[in-house]
Amino acid sequence: MTAALLRRAATAALLAGALLAGGCATVAPGDGQPEPAPYAANPVDPWERWNRKVFAFNEAVDEAVLKPVAEGYRKVVPQLVRTGIGNVLGNLYDVWSMANHLLQGKVHHGLDMGMRVLTNTLFGLGGLLDPATEMGLVRRSEDFGQTLGRWGLPSGPYLVLPFLGPSSVRDGVGLLADRQVSPSDLPDREAARYGVTALEVVHQRALLLGTTALVDQVALDRYSFLRDGFLARRRDLVYDGAPPLAPMEDFDDFDDEDDTSPPADGAKRDDAKPATPAPGTQTRPPAPAPATRQ
Amino acid sequence: MLKRLFTVLAMLATLVLPLGTAYAEGTPDALVRRISVDVIDTAKTDKAIQAGDLNRILALVEDKVMPYVNFEVVTRSAVGPQWRGASAEQRTKLQTEFKTLLVRVYAGALSELGDQKVEITRTQPVPGSSQVVVQSEVRGKGEPIKLDYRLDKAGESWKIIDVNVGGLWLVQNYRTQFAQEIGRGGIDGLINTLVERNKNAGKS
Repeated sequence: MTAALLRRAATAALLAGALLAGGCATVAPGDGQPEPAPYAANPVDPWERWNRKVFAFNEAVDEAVLKPVAEGYRKVVPQLVRTGIGNVLGNLYDVWSMANHLLQGKVHHGLDMGMRVLTNTLFGLGGLLDPATEMGLVRRSEDFGQTLGRWGLPSGPYLVLPFLGPSSVRDGVGLLADRQVSPSDLPDREAARYGVTALEVVHQRALLLGTTALVDQVALDRYSFLRDGFLARRRDLVYDGAPPLAPMEDFDDFDDEDDTSPPADGAKRDDAKPATPAPGTQTRPPAPAPATRQ
Repeated sequence: MLKRLFTVLAMLATLVLPLGTAYAEGTPDALVRRISVDVIDTAKTDKAIQAGDLNRILALVEDKVMPYVNFEVVTRSAVGPQWRGASAEQRTKLQTEFKTLLVRVYAGALSELGDQKVEITRTQPVPGSSQVVVQSEVRGKGEPIKLDYRLDKAGESWKIIDVNVGGLWLVQNYRTQFAQEIGRGGIDGLINTLVERNKNAGKS
């Protein structure tokens, strides 16, 4: 019991430390003055300098330990067993998703998720199989960060958590709640809890192997690619896949909205402000950001 | 006489062809439905694709999807205001390299899909523009994956200008990275980075 409390306290301290350090990182250089540095330009990521450091640390840990272990897991453990592990963990996460649906007032989805858990537990050998999906009870995961977002809490600045990766202030807090009811809390013995946590982490990482390989190939800057991707995805999830739509900016040679007018002088139009900003980019000027390659 | 016939035919062609394409393309969701059914059906029957042959998937995307993409709009949207100052040659290069990169992203995402079904959920006009977003869900074993298409009219027909995978608009997501590269080395710096990126990705 005390050990469990200690573990939670440690997680909390880790998160709080990250928050605090993140906060310090902005204050330290110029006492609240805007940083002259390359990263000051982005309002969604005021702690970029600090975040990039944690990101580099996470990448190193991933490269040295987590990725090789996940690759080994994928090689050694047969697909069928991995699917089973995924189903059991997923069935447990579904319980928390149901709670979050209900907390957000989405009774219909909440009941669906409840039915999923019942079906898979009773007819799916305790969650090992996933007959619910076959029956059309689609999994729609929700975490507490999404619930907080639904309640109107803005995501706050982007935050890279040590070991845990991309997050935001809101989702960091959400994660703290999520971990209180994670599958790793089920076993009685402390060692088993760490075992379950390790399995969760490795399993998740193994699922992402294809994705991270793809990111390696297509990102010009992994840090900004993952940051913008993470923030966009979380926003989308908070809106259940239907965020308010904004037009995509176009930078043609013509005057805005008028395709029949003659082309303007390209050089003169360089600093022209488009009339309609796209989502997530409205406040982000295309400012120079030199020396950000890692 | 023959010349006259040609003129008449040419006139007819200019009159009929745009109508013809407009009719064939129909509504944006019909276009998206046709493309996704086409792509998924081919992916299901093609042994090489099922074995994860990325070159085959690239060919499939090039074949079935690219003709319906307005790549100039895509490129200049990702490049941002600097596009207006770029020379014709720079623009062509940007377009070629970005296309190579995007086809790889889309093909990579496609190769992650297994035995799936695409369901078009709804079509929404984007307020304050002529754009339309067609939303779809890819359903398979796990959680459904959101796959949305943003389209705009190019002349008479609808063309895709952005794709959203799992909440992420692919083209728009490149703008910040492009701005970083342009800030560092101008348009040519961005072109060089893209060329390098494509070379390296081709190797692995």
